[in-house]
Amino acid sequence: MAQTLQRTPVHDRHAALGARLVPFAGWEMPVQYDGVIPEVRAVRSDCGVFDVSHMGELEVEGPRAVDLLQATLSNDLSRLEPGDAQYTLLTNERGGIVDDLIVYKLDEFRFLLIVNASNRNADFAWLKERELPGSDVRDVSDEYALLAVQGPRAIERLGLPPAKPFTFAEGEIDGVQCMVNRTGYTGEDGCELLAMADDGAELWDRVIARGAVPCGLGARDTLRLEVCFPLHGNDITPDTDPISAGLAWCCALDKEFTGVNKLREVKARGPERRLVPFVMEEKAVPRQGMAVVGGGEVTSGTHSPMLDRGIGLAYVPTAMAGAGTEISVDVRGRSRGGRVVKRPIYKREESS
Amino acid sequence: MAATESYPNDLKYHKEHDWARIEGDEAVLGVTWFAQDALGELVHYEPPSEGGTIERDAAYGEVESVKAVSDVIAPLSGEVLAVNQKVVDEPETVNADPYGDGWLIRIRMSDPEEADSLLDVEAYKQVVAES
Repeated sequence: MAQTLQRTPVHDRHAALGARLVPFAGWEMPVQYDGVIPEVRAVRSDCGVFDVSHMGELEVEGPRAVDLLQATLSNDLSRLEPGDAQYTLLTNERGGIVDDLIVYKLDEFRFLLIVNASNRNADFAWLKERELPGSDVRDVSDEYALLAVQGPRAIERLGLPPAKPFTFAEGEIDGVQCMVNRTGYTGEDGCELLAMADDGAELWDRVIARGAVPCGLGARDTLRLEVCFPLHGNDITPDTDPISAGLAWCCALDKEFTGVNKLREVKARGPERRLVPFVMEEKAVPRQGMAVVGGGEVTSGTHSPMLDRGIGLAYVPTAMAGAGTEISVDVRGRSRGGRVVKRPIYKREESS
Repeated sequence: MAATESYPNDLKYHKEHDWARIEGDEAVLGVTWFAQDALGELVHYEPPSEGGTIERDAAYGEVESVKAVSDVIAPLSGEVLAVNQKVVDEPETVNADPYGDGWLIRIRMSDPEEADSLLDVEAYKQVVAES
């Protein structure tokens, strides 16, 4: 297997910190430093930093950029002001999900899309094919480094001013210029810092110096699952629709976009199955691909360090989708009990 | 806290990264430092039934980490006398102390001569070096 893995601008820092590096979506990425469990705890209690420079950045520019995006993305961009960001889906004609992404409105004629690493090429090709006269799509991924700094103390540690979720602004961390996006994939407060690729390693050093704990993709996957954020490729795919996945809230069915008619149909008749969060009541760790007795399938599963039990997301028949429903997961031939719960699976207890 | 890499001299080893401490006609079994390090932080241990039998080279249980699940391979055949309940309750014990508190089961060997064919520490270190 002589496949050359891409390396992020921060790669040598990971190696120096003793990270365990693994192939992911064509990149050599840190899966963990000290361990998934301490890294999850650091993000839930204080502040962690993740190198997510493997993610893709697409820029859509021109007087008709907004028209192209309104016609291809599920959420309604018309209400966004420059400085606003929005979670949205790229959908296909069948109403399936090509990718989930965040769109940033840079100005009236310029948008930045931050997309999943594994879908970067597919997304670019998809949008390029549908370009309108007056809308130019460019893959600018190689120009940037992206660091996610997440946790209840992330903003304070970085010395950043308060800002609303899903907004962004130009900023700097100890002299390193970056775009400060108030977004993330952990369910915690924090930001994602987009810097020029050449500044990535220095920005990483500055963020570490301010006390962020280096975290890998293992912790990132666990954190997102604890708060029920779907992972494209697992929980949502080109063959699953957003209504069944519980993502109707980011589908503006009153506007026209690719596949909207299919989604209106699913919405009108009600989905046959739904993506639901569940926790295990018995000791067992659910994993992707395991069957749920009665006609369901686990799409993501792991051990939750915060709950100290198995958790997951599964598609189940609508009749089994209500919170509180008892389910059984086939764990390598053994039936293990669990229960459908409300989103999110993990929520910090409100305390003093 | 993870243990530092070590392979005690007084143990016998199986190439599937299991160890055995022979005590008369009984043996205590566990997984090696290499195995727990490769798996990462353990979160679940599925033990065999006490009183049941295990067979050399066959799976007798499972250990599961945050990342993956792995069969535990029996280095010896015998009857399961005891399961380490501490590891059932706190699987991370294996990461902290794979040769001590992190033992998995105690057996009565059905064929003590099997022990002669297990690897000594130098032979096992060679297996690790080639893994």
